[in-house]
Amino acid sequence: MTVDASAIEGVFRAESGRAVASLVRFFGDIDIAEEAVQDAFEVALQRWPQQGLPPSPAGWIITTAKNRGIDRLRRESTRDDRHRQAMLLHTRDEVETGPVDDDRLRLIFTCCHPALAQEAQVALTLRLIAGLQTPEIARALLVSEPTMAQRLVRAKGKIRANNIPYRVPEDAELPDRLRPVLAVVYLIYNEGHVATSGHTLVRDDLCAEAIRLARVLVQLMPDEGEAQGLLALLLLTEARRPARTGPDGSLVRLADQDRGLWDRDLIAEGHALVRACLRRNMPGPYQIQAAIAAVHADAATTETTDWSQIVQLYDQLMAFAPSPVVALNRAVAISEVDGPGSALAIVDDLDLDTYHLFHAVRGDLLEQLGRSDEAAAAYRRSIDLATNDVERDHLRHRLDVLTSH
Amino acid sequence: MTQYLLSVHMGADFVPPPQEQMQKMFDDVDKFNKKLQEQGSWVFAGGLHPAEMSTVVRVEDGKVLTTDGPYVEAKEHIGGFWVIEAPDLDAALKLAAEGSAACGGAVEVRPFQDNPS
Repeated sequence: MTVDASAIEGVFRAESGRAVASLVRFFGDIDIAEEAVQDAFEVALQRWPQQGLPPSPAGWIITTAKNRGIDRLRRESTRDDRHRQAMLLHTRDEVETGPVDDDRLRLIFTCCHPALAQEAQVALTLRLIAGLQTPEIARALLVSEPTMAQRLVRAKGKIRANNIPYRVPEDAELPDRLRPVLAVVYLIYNEGHVATSGHTLVRDDLCAEAIRLARVLVQLMPDEGEAQGLLALLLLTEARRPARTGPDGSLVRLADQDRGLWDRDLIAEGHALVRACLRRNMPGPYQIQAAIAAVHADAATTETTDWSQIVQLYDQLMAFAPSPVVALNRAVAISEVDGPGSALAIVDDLDLDTYHLFHAVRGDLLEQLGRSDEAAAAYRRSIDLATNDVERDHLRHRLDVLTSH
Repeated sequence: MTQYLLSVHMGADFVPPPQEQMQKMFDDVDKFNKKLQEQGSWVFAGGLHPAEMSTVVRVEDGKVLTTDGPYVEAKEHIGGFWVIEAPDLDAALKLAAEGSAACGGAVEVRPFQDNPS
């Protein structure tokens, strides 16, 4: 097997989360850890093409990075850096680091510390845990590269200045601290999931990264139902992705999707996780949303979907995490069970005037009720508010169909 | 160990509550201060007179300019502060929450630049 630069890059991308996490623990500093892994990458570029892959690339990266990091600190400590020197002495005394996976979990909780803004949490997680480079993160999150670089520098600066700890929270704090971690992974997935023209490839990558991160969380915290729920939700959503856009890139609604295109392997995996959550019986918002996705995945068509079970699940979700958006989704399910009139009564009470999907749902319900003029007005409002080209085209199409009758 | 400034932010239109409530607040803050001292987190603390009592001094071109009133005309001012020492931000945030509960104001946590020697 030839080991070229892109293969080496792939190995580093897959392993850098572990390596950086382990080295942050060893060096007590994120920047030094990242520099050390970067140094190891340079060494690998020189050696691996001739010598081939080492038996354990992960172990090789960590050992090489550790040695390079120590060398670098020795060299640099002759400068004004008594701080680094002191740290080096300290780390040299320390016994061998703990299990690598624990280090990664520690680092996730550091990246998603509540003292950091969510956009900083997302950027740090993609960079340090997922191993993405700054330009990739900037492209994926649609901000300029200098902005993203600055955001990362600032976030790491805040961690250092504030002495944000590098550890897994105690059991008592865990539920509160786990919430932003799961939210970050969910957000990363959604960034990728909303179809945007021109950035398709990078956006697909984000979905894949989010699923990889969710897998890591489940592996690291097998007893946390919400981590499993999140992974199940992402897998079941991902399963529908091939059917979500038409050949021309246009949006296809759930009701109109070719369910034969759904990924059965992902659905099977998602279902198994949902069943495990049901057995554990400690429901939470992600588990319930996963269960809703599982009910959809079970049905061959919209008509044969068990909508009353979906309404029940939305009722449960409203009890855990009430929000107007959840209420809107619940109303859509209600319309399948009790008809568009009941659903419209619920929707009209919601305070979501600036949300394009609120008007899209209203338009759809009004259209079903034969109130074409009001439906057209709702679609127009929705088109005005939509920011995504693909969604806007879809809404325009619905408006055209409605008004051409 | 890192030192943190925990500053208490009070609205400029802050109206002192009735006597009993005031007394309870003083007692709670006293209790919190004692705890800080006993567990070795205490560096310094104090309550401040209202911002309107302040004077701003600045040197420009070697001349001392003195003006009446606070530096920034803001809706909120620092009403008091603690300087504490804590092993990390989580420990500091926990103490800040206790301080906020005791004094009834929002508490801003800000690290000092130098580690105490």
